[in-house]
Amino acid sequence: MKKLWAEFKKGITIENPTFGLVLGLCPTLAVSTTVNNAIGMGIAATFVLIGSNIIISSLRKFIPHEIRIPCYIVVIATFVTITELFMKAYSPALSKSLGIFVPLIVVNCIVLGRAEAFASKMPVIYSLADALGIGMGFSLALVLIATIREVLGSGTILGTPLAKGFEPAMLMILAPGALLTIGLLIGLTNWIKLRKKG
Amino acid sequence: MDIARYIMIIISAVFINNFILSKFLGLCSFIGVSKETKPAVSMGMAVTFVTTMASIISWLVYNFILIPYKLTYLRTITFILVIASFVQLVEIVIRKISPPLFRAFGIYLPLITVNCAVLGVAVLNSEMFFANGQALPGSFLMSLVQGFSAGVGYTLAMLLMSGIRERLDFVDVPKSLKEVPITFIIAALMSLAFLGFSGFKL
Repeated sequence: MKKLWAEFKKGITIENPTFGLVLGLCPTLAVSTTVNNAIGMGIAATFVLIGSNIIISSLRKFIPHEIRIPCYIVVIATFVTITELFMKAYSPALSKSLGIFVPLIVVNCIVLGRAEAFASKMPVIYSLADALGIGMGFSLALVLIATIREVLGSGTILGTPLAKGFEPAMLMILAPGALLTIGLLIGLTNWIKLRKKG
Repeated sequence: MDIARYIMIIISAVFINNFILSKFLGLCSFIGVSKETKPAVSMGMAVTFVTTMASIISWLVYNFILIPYKLTYLRTITFILVIASFVQLVEIVIRKISPPLFRAFGIYLPLITVNCAVLGVAVLNSEMFFANGQALPGSFLMSLVQGFSAGVGYTLAMLLMSGIRERLDFVDVPKSLKEVPITFIIAALMSLAFLGFSGFKL
């Protein structure tokens, strides 16, 4: 149980996909214009991670080593397609605002990375804990970036205006704002790490 | 043939909607391979080749297989498999035919399979140039042009960034901002400059 908790926790802290491993940045930057989008993307990616980690981990003894990457991609693409169709049916507005970044979860390095580095070697239950942790870490990072960008860029949070008389800086919801935010946040994590070391 | 339409697609994909700096496609390789100019340009050329070919192949598959058999919901899974097998094939062929070319580009090819720019351009083409389950007139050529110019835009951004990063070695960057964070901040400034192109009236 303790080991399960450790696998879950490391995805949020030291192996956080965005700030620790710096993986899967394309969707992180592109959909973090509003907190709403960020939550949607976080849930979608977590679902794909859980599904693919469970399947790949339970098939790990049957998949030949030489063709493992194509096999992983097929499994991942299946879950992405399920997510895509589900989102289109039940939340068309979200599906529209996430746009091509829903199908692009297939090539998100986080999902393939976890399949290759973790699920292909570990039992199902640990892979599930790992998927939950990494998915949660990814979602939290997304929500953090989106909160900063939405508050500074459009003066709202989850669509409700924050304060009167605050002039939002359009720049933050455009492309440069995303790059600047993530650059400074990774810098901040490095600074904290350096201080901890002494 | 409407030349203006094609020029518009080129300018839009290279400058206004640059794949890296305004669409955030292919960021991982942009950060990873842009330390020096030479590998950055090789990578850019390899990506241009693959995006062009992927546009052609995915258009053919979409138009002649997925649409007639009403399988468009399998778009994601088909495109990624077709692209992955194509890249693998190119790798084998280049290794056999031209070892020097393989040494220059080959090592980047496996990286390109999971580059979102490639799948991104294929998905984007299928969304932009198909309406109501039918190809728009001239859509094959438009897909090809968009695929090629997406690659050119990618190479341009890589070239600019690697040029700046080579000089960064002589600069005193704060310790916690070294490597990745400063690259993002530079990318933000470049993206700001590219934002100027969005004033173009086409």
